[in-house]
Amino acid sequence: MRWHDATRFAWGGLRGFRSRALLMVLSMAIGVGAVVVLTALGEGARGYVVNQFSALGTNLLIVFPGRTETGGTGTGMLVGQTPRDLTLEDALALTRAPGIAAVAPLTIGTALMTYGGRSRETIVLGTSWHWKDIRGVEMQSGSFLPAGDARAATPVCVIGRTVRDELFGSEVAVGRQVRIGDRRYRVIGVMTPHGESLGFNMDEVVIVPVAAAQALFDISTLLRILVEARSRSDIPRAKAQAEAILQERHDGERDVTVVTQDAVLETFDRILRALTLAVGGIAGISLAVSGILVMNVMLIAVSQRRQEIGLLKAVGATRAQIRVLFLIEALLLAMLGAAAGLALGLAGSALIRRLYPALPAYAPSWAIAAALLTAALTAIVFTLLPARRAARLDPVLALSRR
Amino acid sequence: MISLLGIERVFLVGDQPVRALRGIDLEIGAGEYVSLMGPSGSGKSTLLNIVGLLDRASAGSYRLDGLDVTALSDEQQARVRREKIGFVFQFFHLIARLSAQHNVELPMLLAGIPAAERTRRSDDLLRRYGLAERAHHKPEQLSGGQRQRVAIARATVMRPPVLLADEPTGNLDRASGQEVVRILEDLHGAGTTLIVVTHDPDLGARAPRRLRMVDGRIEQDLRG
Repeated sequence: MRWHDATRFAWGGLRGFRSRALLMVLSMAIGVGAVVVLTALGEGARGYVVNQFSALGTNLLIVFPGRTETGGTGTGMLVGQTPRDLTLEDALALTRAPGIAAVAPLTIGTALMTYGGRSRETIVLGTSWHWKDIRGVEMQSGSFLPAGDARAATPVCVIGRTVRDELFGSEVAVGRQVRIGDRRYRVIGVMTPHGESLGFNMDEVVIVPVAAAQALFDISTLLRILVEARSRSDIPRAKAQAEAILQERHDGERDVTVVTQDAVLETFDRILRALTLAVGGIAGISLAVSGILVMNVMLIAVSQRRQEIGLLKAVGATRAQIRVLFLIEALLLAMLGAAAGLALGLAGSALIRRLYPALPAYAPSWAIAAALLTAALTAIVFTLLPARRAARLDPVLALSRR
Repeated sequence: MISLLGIERVFLVGDQPVRALRGIDLEIGAGEYVSLMGPSGSGKSTLLNIVGLLDRASAGSYRLDGLDVTALSDEQQARVRREKIGFVFQFFHLIARLSAQHNVELPMLLAGIPAAERTRRSDDLLRRYGLAERAHHKPEQLSGGQRQRVAIARATVMRPPVLLADEPTGNLDRASGQEVVRILEDLHGAGTTLIVVTHDPDLGARAPRRLRMVDGRIEQDLRG
């Protein structure tokens, strides 16, 4: 018997039992569809969380002064040392590390910002031109802080959208002189609205070179150093290097803390992946349960087609051939069901994405493959018994009219 | 050709054993035309089923073409049925969803013969049996005689040396029955060994060799 002949014959057999076949296709479709939609939902949730974190800059490390230990007392406390402050020199030293792509020092203060007759209290960020890349700042007009030595206190500033609107109204802001505190700065750029980030609204800040901010606030310290690792895989290396360099600069004292957002992200990633797996598994079980329906349909098919089976035997079909014919029928049903379920599931995922655009609800390919495989396996496993029964049918009894 | 020795067939009806065949010894040569008659329940269909390998004897030996077929595996028996034996039934047993042509092609499909060859051979047979115009009709669109002719085409499409017919005219009107008998006898004329089980004395009398069964035994074996 040739495969495509067997398949055509089995297909013909199915068409004789349309309502039952459709029922079975439907149950398979719902099972496969459920797996696809639920895993898409799980993956969507995971993708959402990852995206939220990525918005912070994926390869980001943050260095801040002081050693945070969980539990116990740090050695520094016993000896009565206060942690050393981070300085601009510290930040510049970090750029030497091979695992580190860019470093942006950060100091923060508030100052009164004035233009013309208008003034407002503004958060002042002092940083370097690297900030733009590390934080993914986009410019609406003008340019960001100029590249060059971070120690230069160039009197220029970049302002957020809200600051621009409130100080300049409809005027062009770029190129104007403003007063921040007791110093004069020239506005060289306006940032695209960005919203909340790292705990403050980036639309309400003014950014100046870090040296200018230190001079403005009369300080020599940094609040934070933002470090960008060369790549995701370089994060642990960059972290170790940053710690080592700062320890060396701080007379062998480990008095800084380096946090990676990756650690947090990874945990979320793991949890949500497990969740996806779990809901996918549950849907998969429901798919396997539909196997009972498969068995029912195939058993009925066998008993209703006794004569046909008897005849097939009389004209020379082996038991193996009869088993194969029924298995192919089940497999065809499963494939139809799986295809319908896949269409259903993909449509469902697309609907979710449309309703909740923030959720990247795409079913992972492993889930789709697993669903299709489960459907096929279920069909085969639950048809083994009916197929065996058909193959063992006594042809004389099957052909008799009684 | 067909050699039966001490064939017994015992059925269990409830827990009561019923001996359908009691020690059948029978030799049928290649190319013979044999009719098998007898009252209902005499075991003639059971004997035909054993000869056709649809049923297994409880005891005794059966050699077909010198080959001991009682010892064959299911796979080998299926092969023998496919290649050496053609079956014609009283109730035709055509598959309702298949066209006449596809019904005829069924044994070739199971044998793995390519589609082109199947079509060629089934076309040929259908034409020979006057069914060329009916090739694409479903069995329900055919008359009884046409159905039986399709069934004969199916039984002979593998060119088996043995053709077994169980009441081939039992469900047909007189004219159709005669047509079917003519076809069967033509096949015999071309060399096929033909065994016909029948209740119809006229049909039974046509065979050169006539067996009569009673109570699971062959009572009479007339020749000429």
